[in-house]
Amino acid sequence: MSAFMAIVERDLRLAFARGGDALNVVVFFVIAITLFPFGVGPEQGILERIAAGTIWVAALLAATLALDRLFRADYEDGSLELLALVPLPLELVVLAKSLAHWLSTGIPLVIAAPLLAVLLNMSGDGFWALIAAMLIGTPILSLLGAVGAALTVGARRGGVIVSLLVLPLFVPVLIFGVAAVDAAVYGLAVRPHLMILGAMLLAAIPLCPWASAAALRISLD
Amino acid sequence: MAAMGDPGLAAHDLACLRGERRVFAGVAFAVAPGGALVLTGPNGCGKSSLLRLLAGLLEPVGGGITWNGEPVAADPEAHRARLRYVGHLDAIKPSLTVAENLTFWCRLHGGDDARIATALAALGLDRLAAIPARLLSAGQKRRLSLARIAVAPAPLWLLDEPTVMLDRDSVDALAALVAAHRAGGGIVVIATHAALDLPDVGFLRLGGDTAEAAP
Repeated sequence: MSAFMAIVERDLRLAFARGGDALNVVVFFVIAITLFPFGVGPEQGILERIAAGTIWVAALLAATLALDRLFRADYEDGSLELLALVPLPLELVVLAKSLAHWLSTGIPLVIAAPLLAVLLNMSGDGFWALIAAMLIGTPILSLLGAVGAALTVGARRGGVIVSLLVLPLFVPVLIFGVAAVDAAVYGLAVRPHLMILGAMLLAAIPLCPWASAAALRISLD
Repeated sequence: MAAMGDPGLAAHDLACLRGERRVFAGVAFAVAPGGALVLTGPNGCGKSSLLRLLAGLLEPVGGGITWNGEPVAADPEAHRARLRYVGHLDAIKPSLTVAENLTFWCRLHGGDDARIATALAALGLDRLAAIPARLLSAGQKRRLSLARIAVAPAPLWLLDEPTVMLDRDSVDALAALVAAHRAGGGIVVIATHAALDLPDVGFLRLGGDTAEAAP
């Protein structure tokens, strides 16, 4: 367990160090959403209607930003093969790195989202649903993203490929994430949507590290 | 040289395939506790591949590796726990300090934090502990990479060209580390071109049929 926490701690330190990705991701998220009122005009009704979808789509795009470096930096400087040689199973190494990725990019998005919801004139009823859905949904993005990052780690230019690979996989999260917020805004039941998101998270926690570790083993060969 | 089944590291009939090319085949050796094996041979003869096979990073296409007579493939996790590997890359994070870099690997191997200062001192890095690793020279990075093997004890060291970039004093420091490791019953397998001052070592010369294509 101490080895697991050592990886989480190191990755967090690297993410928030100078040149780390954590700040870039949340700044991208804020800027992307701020562009929408300029693009579609300040009419309150329209912004209110598209608020949930806009926030979720921007969150998906922001989440892919730091994915390319999730394993690539370690792959290029030789850390990854050493991580494959520690007594900890590679699946848990991947889980630790996914957790650190979520803590450094997912959590800032969850914190920023309600503020941006105000900007988009989202009805107050949707706030808690938005926060809850993002708290459950963003770790799925980190876990699925790790699979894409692991598959492309050996590719010379993986950056764009990761996005092309994982964005389609993010669609279910987007659908139920937006549905949860819309349900809250229109006074319908939020719970079923959150439960489906929760089921996806529970499936992703064992399956994604397993798939990522398999992909990493191939690239280390 | 020890025989098969005795304590220590042994390999029999080891074959390695990279791409379509057979790098080597029929490699056999045995190293007893406290022993050292130096891999020699021309570039591309498979020294690094053999070390990666021994580390479990590559799968042999033929033959097997045993530790104390037990095949290592039977329990890869236990094998990983008993080995320390230094490859061509230094695995150093430039934005962390020297001590932070080493602390990470120490904790990952379940080592004692108290050994970090000792390991840094052994390679002459104690005065650089607090500076960011990006300010290190290539030789200092190599020393930090070597400090990893000293920070958490393990019976098997696999060193791939450890002396590259090192100055004479550091090579001596490395030789002293290896000697202390062997005195404690540790085994070391080193691929090197440099003359490392190690007493009583076995040599394994690879190469010969390197150009031969796989059937």
